[in-house]
Amino acid sequence: MATEVLAGKTLELDADGHLANRADWNESVAAAIASQEGIPLLTDRHWAVIKYMRAEFEKNGQAPSIRKLTKESGVDTKELYALFPKGPAKKAAKIGGLPKPVGCI
Amino acid sequence: MSTNSEEPITKVSIVVSHGSLEGVYPGLIMANGARMEGMEASLFFTFFGLDAIMEKRMDKLKVATVGNPGMHMPTILGVLPGMSAFATGMMHKEMEKIDIPPVREFLEMIHDAGGEIYACKASVDMFHLSKKDFCPQVKDIISVGQFYEKSAGGQIIFT
Repeated sequence: MATEVLAGKTLELDADGHLANRADWNESVAAAIASQEGIPLLTDRHWAVIKYMRAEFEKNGQAPSIRKLTKESGVDTKELYALFPKGPAKKAAKIGGLPKPVGCI
Repeated sequence: MSTNSEEPITKVSIVVSHGSLEGVYPGLIMANGARMEGMEASLFFTFFGLDAIMEKRMDKLKVATVGNPGMHMPTILGVLPGMSAFATGMMHKEMEKIDIPPVREFLEMIHDAGGEIYACKASVDMFHLSKKDFCPQVKDIISVGQFYEKSAGGQIIFT
């Protein structure tokens, strides 16, 4: 298991480079991961997506489908891809301290 | 896997040549999946695949119940009136359960995600169609040569 120092904490990462322990997550960690992912600043719109994904993960044990995300988070498909260029579902999950999404949609 | 030393795929061009529900969905899932992975993706609809982008037909695609061994159904049953509609209805229900959108919505999603959608010129000419017959997400009607040009540097997936 790899480790990384982010936002002043030593964090364990899983095989995909996502946080291994969900309890390690906080908003500073999120901002640090976002920087690594090429997003220098998390706006309210980014947070809307991240918070929705985390809430859904709590409820269902897995990240929502991109279809559900774009319908229910208040952020539509076009905006989602603008906020998280290149692979929004994976990026938002990583920044949100969630494991890599496994769905096909 | 994060320790993979192979080159990741960065671009796919997906050809959709069938007009049945089960013939169209693999291409749509792959195009959307590609965009979700941050890959460039384009869809190229040809022959009966055009049904999936035609305003008049895209909401009415059916599952083939005859000549389709994958249905695990004797042909004599598959041929009965209403059987295809029934199988299609069941497929829609199951897809909705796992949050797979209907074709029209799926194409909107893929387009909004930055995927490019094209129709094959030869098929369009053969079926006497024009751009106005297609949904607004269709970017252009292109020839096979143009398709190959647009596919440069990527992988071509034929469905």
